[in-house]
Amino acid sequence: MNIYLLLKAVADSEATIRPTTDGKAVNLDGITWVLNPFDEFAVEEALKMRDAAGSGEVVAVSYGGEEVPKVLRNALAMGVDRGIHVKGAATFDALATARALANAVKGQSFDLILCGKSAIDLDNHGVGVMVAELLDLPSVSVVVKIEQKAGKLLCEREVEGGLVVVETPMPCVVCAQKGLNEPRYASLKGIMAAKKKPIDEVEGNAGESQVEVIEIQPKPQRQAGQILGQGVDAIPALIQKLREEAKVL
Amino acid sequence: MDHLLTEQQLDIKSAIREFAEKEIAPSVVERDEKSQFPAEIVRKLGELGFMGVNTPEQYGGAGLDCVSYAIVIEELSRIDPSVGVICSVNNSLICYPLQKFGSDFQHKKYLRPLAEGKLLGAFCLTEPGAGSDASALTTTAIKDGGEYVLTGEKAFITNGLMSDTYIIMARTDKTSKTKGISAFIVDADSKGFRRGVNEKKMGIRSSDCCMIILEECRVPAENLLGNEGDGFKVAMTALDSGRIGIAAQAIGLSQGALEAAVKYSKQREQFGQQIAEFQAIQFKLADMQVMTEAARLLNYSAARKKDAGQRFTVEASMAKLLASDIVMKVAMEAVQIHGGNGFLKDFPVERMLRDAKVTEIYEGTSEIQRTIIARQLLTE
Repeated sequence: MNIYLLLKAVADSEATIRPTTDGKAVNLDGITWVLNPFDEFAVEEALKMRDAAGSGEVVAVSYGGEEVPKVLRNALAMGVDRGIHVKGAATFDALATARALANAVKGQSFDLILCGKSAIDLDNHGVGVMVAELLDLPSVSVVVKIEQKAGKLLCEREVEGGLVVVETPMPCVVCAQKGLNEPRYASLKGIMAAKKKPIDEVEGNAGESQVEVIEIQPKPQRQAGQILGQGVDAIPALIQKLREEAKVL
Repeated sequence: MDHLLTEQQLDIKSAIREFAEKEIAPSVVERDEKSQFPAEIVRKLGELGFMGVNTPEQYGGAGLDCVSYAIVIEELSRIDPSVGVICSVNNSLICYPLQKFGSDFQHKKYLRPLAEGKLLGAFCLTEPGAGSDASALTTTAIKDGGEYVLTGEKAFITNGLMSDTYIIMARTDKTSKTKGISAFIVDADSKGFRRGVNEKKMGIRSSDCCMIILEECRVPAENLLGNEGDGFKVAMTALDSGRIGIAAQAIGLSQGALEAAVKYSKQREQFGQQIAEFQAIQFKLADMQVMTEAARLLNYSAARKKDAGQRFTVEASMAKLLASDIVMKVAMEAVQIHGGNGFLKDFPVERMLRDAKVTEIYEGTSEIQRTIIARQLLTE
């Protein structure tokens, strides 16, 4: 069972995100890069499927600049067999990223492509399904359970208020949702073994970006709360505020 | 600041930090309050290889350098120094002397499962009447055929209640003080081996600590660690490496207290501004940072000497002395910056101050460290 993983390096969720002075990009100084948390579910699932199959390899592919090797090493430390760094500048355009990744995996032999359902930085939910389109493969997104059945995959995907069970032939693209599994931590042996695993570099072919960033704005500061009074006596004032200011009643 | 760490050391740092924040942090308050041993956390640390960081791979360890080990203990202790010391004892005081002095049989039977985290170890040197004057210990080991019979009491044994394997120092020769001591590997289920009750401690309350009572405890002769009379050397070798661990514990805790103080000073407002805007607070924070970094560098320097195969006794003593001294100051200032809130259990610095004190006491008090350092100076 050969599985390709599409991974993304994202800023640590505790990082302070500031726009650059021209307001068209994010200031990346001092950012700690981590593996996108949704991609961790994809990594864990790939490792489990490979180990259950007893053969095959798991290959992690990531598109971007110098932030990429660290998170690829992270995946290798978890147990992935090798990495491919698709070099290029990270972009806001999900389609450009998808093109770079699809071009990198096209022609490779795989049974499955796994990725996170979205990246926590741009939240586009786009790359996985776009890669599937570009490679002319079926795709299932927001998946919380994967089962192999007679050469096909049964996937449970989350929808509003319930689950949909989808059957898909392989190869295909599956985008992981939280709940799919409990990702493992890298062990010390895994971290040391990662040093000896190859990370190949290829030039990314992302094509022309169709997205132009006009402006990046920092989140507005949260307004301070108001204490209207205490106990039952405060309720009329609260109702008035909710009706007239917040307009939620 | 990356302290010229290698890529691999930085990867280890981020891996253990992630583990500590996700797996250890959520239960710190409850375990401190209830004096509860973190059994599940220790089990997971073992699976990931953190219970035998420096132990060579051929014996089941991770085979890593001592700087990596210091990083691991720092990162654990930044979140919870109780977990830090549990891990440090198993690594430094158990796996290290077993590796150095153990026979093939002992490597296979004890070192491998201890380094793999399948067994937990405790180190028994101190006695009610032999603390800093460790060589005054009175526990006896009398040879009887193919066995030794151990009798006596050991005090302040970290991991004492939870361990499977104990390294116990006992006297085989009453005519010689240090040369009359031998080290034994004792299984917890040995006849005549008994544990006391969990001590009620000021800090590191999630780490257990108890007396070990030996009543004609019979130990097979093959469990003698090193030769008869090597016991004091075994203990001092273990403590040299242990002091790098305790220094790392103090440094990690100091880092945790500093981060808590920075966070609080940016939230708390007085006189119409964040207290971080006041120079009085800024100077405290700057001093706390400098002290923590200085201790960290001194400890990495001791660790690098050990990695280079050089003697590191004095370096480890200096690092442990400085680190335990600064963590008291840093934790105290962290509480001060928190004002009244720092005196409450609602904020982590209250626990941190209680956790800090023991680093000046165990694995050689600050006074003993100074004695070691001065003795070296004066005999050179």
